[in-house]
Amino acid sequence: MKITYREALNQAMCEEMERDDRVFLMGEEVAEYNGAYKVSQGMLDKFGPKRVIDTPITELGFAGLGVGAAMTGLRPIIEFMTWNFAILALDQIVNAAAKMKYMSGGQYSVPMVFRGAGGSAARVGAQHSQSLENWLANVPGLKVVMPSNPADAKGLLKAAIRDNDTVVFIENEINYGDVGTVPDGEYIIPLGKADVKRVGNDVTIVAHSRMTGFALAAAEELAKQGIDAEVIDPRTIRPLDETTILRSVAKTNRVVTVEEGWRFAGIGAEISARIMEKGFDDLDAPVIRVTGKEVPMAYAANLEAMTLPSVADIVEAARVVCGRA
Amino acid sequence: MSAEQNQGAGIMHDGVFYNAETLHQMHDSMLFIRRFEEKAGQMYGLKKIGGFCHLCNGQEAVCVGLHHASEPTDYMMTSYRDHGHILARGSDPTAVMAELLGRKGGIVKGKGGSMHMFDITKNFAGGNGIVGEQVPIGLGFGFSSWYRNDGRVTICIMGDGGINQGAVYESFNMAALWKLPIVFVVENNQYAMGTSLDRASAETQLFKRGISFKIPGMKIDGMDVLEFERKMRTAMAHARSGEGPILVEAMTYRYRGHSMSDPATYRSRAEVDEWRTGRDPIARIQGQMIEAGIATEEDFKQKDRDIKKEVAAVAKAAEEQPEPDAAELWTDVYSDPIEGAYPYPGKVS
Repeated sequence: MKITYREALNQAMCEEMERDDRVFLMGEEVAEYNGAYKVSQGMLDKFGPKRVIDTPITELGFAGLGVGAAMTGLRPIIEFMTWNFAILALDQIVNAAAKMKYMSGGQYSVPMVFRGAGGSAARVGAQHSQSLENWLANVPGLKVVMPSNPADAKGLLKAAIRDNDTVVFIENEINYGDVGTVPDGEYIIPLGKADVKRVGNDVTIVAHSRMTGFALAAAEELAKQGIDAEVIDPRTIRPLDETTILRSVAKTNRVVTVEEGWRFAGIGAEISARIMEKGFDDLDAPVIRVTGKEVPMAYAANLEAMTLPSVADIVEAARVVCGRA
Repeated sequence: MSAEQNQGAGIMHDGVFYNAETLHQMHDSMLFIRRFEEKAGQMYGLKKIGGFCHLCNGQEAVCVGLHHASEPTDYMMTSYRDHGHILARGSDPTAVMAELLGRKGGIVKGKGGSMHMFDITKNFAGGNGIVGEQVPIGLGFGFSSWYRNDGRVTICIMGDGGINQGAVYESFNMAALWKLPIVFVVENNQYAMGTSLDRASAETQLFKRGISFKIPGMKIDGMDVLEFERKMRTAMAHARSGEGPILVEAMTYRYRGHSMSDPATYRSRAEVDEWRTGRDPIARIQGQMIEAGIATEEDFKQKDRDIKKEVAAVAKAAEEQPEPDAAELWTDVYSDPIEGAYPYPGKVS
């Protein structure tokens, strides 16, 4: 079945809400407006106002509401219109949701999903275009999931809703309209498992979310130039499936990481460090990180494009790491 | 006359009858909390308790009144000044003391300490260390009762410092919008750490803070356990009726500093003495019970000796426990084991 990324997310939520009446969806414009990005289209009609709930614009408050409801055994899906606004709610995500199980000596779990659009959008400026996954993946107690295509979006969101802990689920605003094949019937992808999106022998490109598509495009270009790239999408940033990455490095001996976010202490930094710690002898060249430029996002189209990694940047990095530059 | 001879006796307090047994329970619970906190203060002085330790001496009537006015199935959560509330709720004092000491048998296994006491069997959800953080969480407990229609009320406690946090008003708004069964309780001990109420609050009548959300407010004397308990019952009934949340301002006073590291030089000795000697909640109920012929001064002296012994035994039992097992470091981070997650990043294999 070919559906969009947003329809895949919608299916995942609807199926889980049909299966489990402890699951509810809450956020800004999720009900009567059918979602700011139409991810929750039709859900109010299907489930009614008790389970699909519009909130005031009050991220810290409704994030905390989700934490408390989860502590009583409900399974909230809390939607942030975008993750940029979740910065207002970080106390509840980091200090409450992530730590509650540990602080309470295991008595209170927080089985919930915080989800919404993340990454860079188009022409919306500095406050609405940024990647926060490295902040969140730094926190023990959270899981961080970032699907790059419709099938992964559906399978991972269903797993996230069923998970017994707090899952930070970061969708990509620009990917919402992407169409892809999603398997019919029950489709669940376990959290913490990377996916090899393209098999290759010469270089490993590790990329997540929207950058996975960029990496696959770069791999096609590299193939024309005689470089056979393997593309790995971790899908779950925390816990990170280092086994799949290390296995690939043992084969290709060369690695490029790609992310939209800033370079400092980014996801590429974590992946590079793990490869250095556990796969050092497999490396024939230093890992190269392709990242967003370390500036706030500008509005002008040319500056915006310069800020983000491009397919050409990834091709160039792969050539350098392969000694072909 | 001993208490046993007076089971039929009691105190009629503004139309509510408190029998002798209930009065003794309330008194004993308050006195236990007082002596427990004094012991905690001593143990802190001996460096057996570390970190931050916020005592509630003086505020016992609020702790005990809230417990008596609620059902065991009702939810409760508070800030880091939590010892008194969890003890009033009936949690094991040895486990609470062991938590203060960072021991294996602590109520949260030594992982929380003074500020993070939880007891799910008593529906006590913390013990939350960030000022005001427990208020959105309490909103979620109240939402859950609305969602499930389970008849429970959530008692969400904050201080006069906490009520200035923005999260509180976000929560007031949603609680009122959806008519959630929550009693918000402000323990107004008149100082947010070292900042007096009038230096921090444009509106010092805190029970009015819900007005723009159409949340009714009640100001109650939190130094008189009978007065507080009786009026708190009215607030609980309001929340349970489906009318929505209510805000209770409990006027109280902490005898000690904000935490053990605070000598409280921002208050005059005369002010502290006025509350300690003039309005003490334990002396007050003792006077009421003596006047009603339910107990004698000698009964209370004996009770105090018994409770001091009990607290000493609790402290001893807690102190004899070992520290948590090293393996506990890695438990309770996630519910289910994560392959490859620990040790993290671990030894290079």
